Amino acid sequence: MAIRITEPGLATTVQDTGRPGYYHVGIPQGGSMDQLSAELANALAGNTPAEAVLECTYIGPRFTTDTDAVIAVAGAPVDVLVNGTPREQWTRLKLVAGDEVSFGMIRAGTRYYIAVQGGIDVPMVLGSRSTYALGAMGGFEGRALKAGDALDVGTAGLERHASAADFIDESLRPSFAKEITVRVMPGLYDHRLTEEGLNTLFSATWKLTPVADRTGLRYAGPSVSWKPRVQPFGAGSDPSNIVDAGYAIGSIQIPGGKEPIVLHRDAVSGGGYAMVATVISSDMDLLARSAPGTQTTFTPVTMEEALAARDEGKTLRSRIWGSAGQ
Amino acid sequence: MSDTALHLDAARYTWGGDEFLFVEIAEGMSLAANFKANAMAAALGSRTVQGITDICPANASLLIRFNPDDLPPSALEEAVRGVEAEVAQMSQHTLQTRVIEVPVWYDDPYTRETGARFRSGHQRPEGNDLDFAAEENHLASPAEFISRHHESPWLVSMVGFVAGLPFMFQIVPQDQQLEVPKYLSPRTDTPALTVGHGGCFACIYSVRGAGGYQMFGIAAAPIFDPAQRLSDFDDFMIFFKPGDIVKFKPVDEDEYRRIQELVADGSFTYRQAPVVFDLERALAHPTEYNQEITEHLNGH
Repeated sequence: MAIRITEPGLATTVQDTGRPGYYHVGIPQGGSMDQLSAELANALAGNTPAEAVLECTYIGPRFTTDTDAVIAVAGAPVDVLVNGTPREQWTRLKLVAGDEVSFGMIRAGTRYYIAVQGGIDVPMVLGSRSTYALGAMGGFEGRALKAGDALDVGTAGLERHASAADFIDESLRPSFAKEITVRVMPGLYDHRLTEEGLNTLFSATWKLTPVADRTGLRYAGPSVSWKPRVQPFGAGSDPSNIVDAGYAIGSIQIPGGKEPIVLHRDAVSGGGYAMVATVISSDMDLLARSAPGTQTTFTPVTMEEALAARDEGKTLRSRIWGSAGQ
Repeated sequence: MSDTALHLDAARYTWGGDEFLFVEIAEGMSLAANFKANAMAAALGSRTVQGITDICPANASLLIRFNPDDLPPSALEEAVRGVEAEVAQMSQHTLQTRVIEVPVWYDDPYTRETGARFRSGHQRPEGNDLDFAAEENHLASPAEFISRHHESPWLVSMVGFVAGLPFMFQIVPQDQQLEVPKYLSPRTDTPALTVGHGGCFACIYSVRGAGGYQMFGIAAAPIFDPAQRLSDFDDFMIFFKPGDIVKFKPVDEDEYRRIQELVADGSFTYRQAPVVFDLERALAHPTEYNQEITEHLNGH
């Protein structure tokens, strides 16, 4: 079976859980920005968490299916239309051959995910079906979808169809708030900020700018001061510069003391700006759901707290897949 | 003479959230710091520690990604500190690597045109990036800068930023390093295969995109080949590895076009030869040693 794209949407890409293991040569993990929403869509469609889905950003695609199909839409709140008739998110949708699916405007957040039973079947590249557009690899021909593309659908998970979740309870769904608190672990080069600078980072309210994509998110707010110093050899002339180093995914850099940038799943793997804290892994999805204008505070936590948050995430996932009959 | 010293203080360990350990070998760039970063990465890789997903050696640091569900942070730190101690005990500072000839069309029209489009925010709006680089290094002319750029070889000190982009550090004493500031504000466009320079590092942009390094020329053949069309990419889509030694070869337009034809018909291969890089000799006698390394390309 195939999904035929009649309108591509703004930036619709094939994504999965990502491509670990190649960061040392500059290929980022990639994968669905909002991993939880993608996983929920897969659970509803009767897939495993590993199947590839379509990530839709702001404006979704219009497509038809050439056979009967089962799909699910999870993530940012949006009107789902099948042949022009409104249908529900967070539930399993049965399509018949020739049905056309389209979407309204999102009402909050940034991204929603379309899972198709069997998973989107594009070639595996370095262990993943995720699109890495900058490197023109993975996904569908290494790029965002275009009108006229035909996507194959796989057969994975079809035998588990009967036991999959029909509906995701509201208590399991992520929220898409206009004000969020993001937990971060201070570290890396935080000693290069002045005490006042560090206080500013953790006490200010930061507003997400429109410069927010799969690579990173830039925030507007007050200036953050760096300690003056004689720069080490090769580090560049600004106090926010370091000798080019590897960038942790989720790390926060503040070039020139202005407009912090948080790197996300398609991060550049390294560069010459000092990082001063890192968003904990459990809150990366929260960032991915932030729309421009979101008022954001960064609150410092310890490694122990970050690990406890991971454990909570595991409990949530066992409830999801528990309700899917696993 | 700190740049020629082999001795380095103990590294600094710090966490990048719950999935990354960052090890700063030294604040400043040096061959010794880069050698230690790569030696630690290699030693850690050979231990195959369960729970480590990525080992990323950088210019003077090391970034390690791990899954704390499989490997507690304290156990990872202990393993890496063990590797650091092991590397400190190494009596031989040699690296089995290769020297590669990279043809470059310096002062080419593609990077010149791109540079002209982003001139208004440049440190030196008149002239081009090569004029600026020559001036910054107190050299008489862009031609002299170009000579300095290709006369001595470069060590690939890090691969990253984007897929397959090599950062390179010239194997010369610190007082002879070419240093050029980055663009004041990054460009939104850089031609693929641009030979760039920022701080003391050269790079080759593997793909078209944003960039902040000054632009001096364009490499004639690909360094990232996701379709793995050329035979140099049979094993992997990315050509460069940390530790590779690069000798730039200036080519004129005719030779650039001829290489492009070889790339188009799939027959291009890089000239390269295996070599053992000896850090102590490189630090003690750089001029003679560089001569010796690059002669391997001629089968000597």
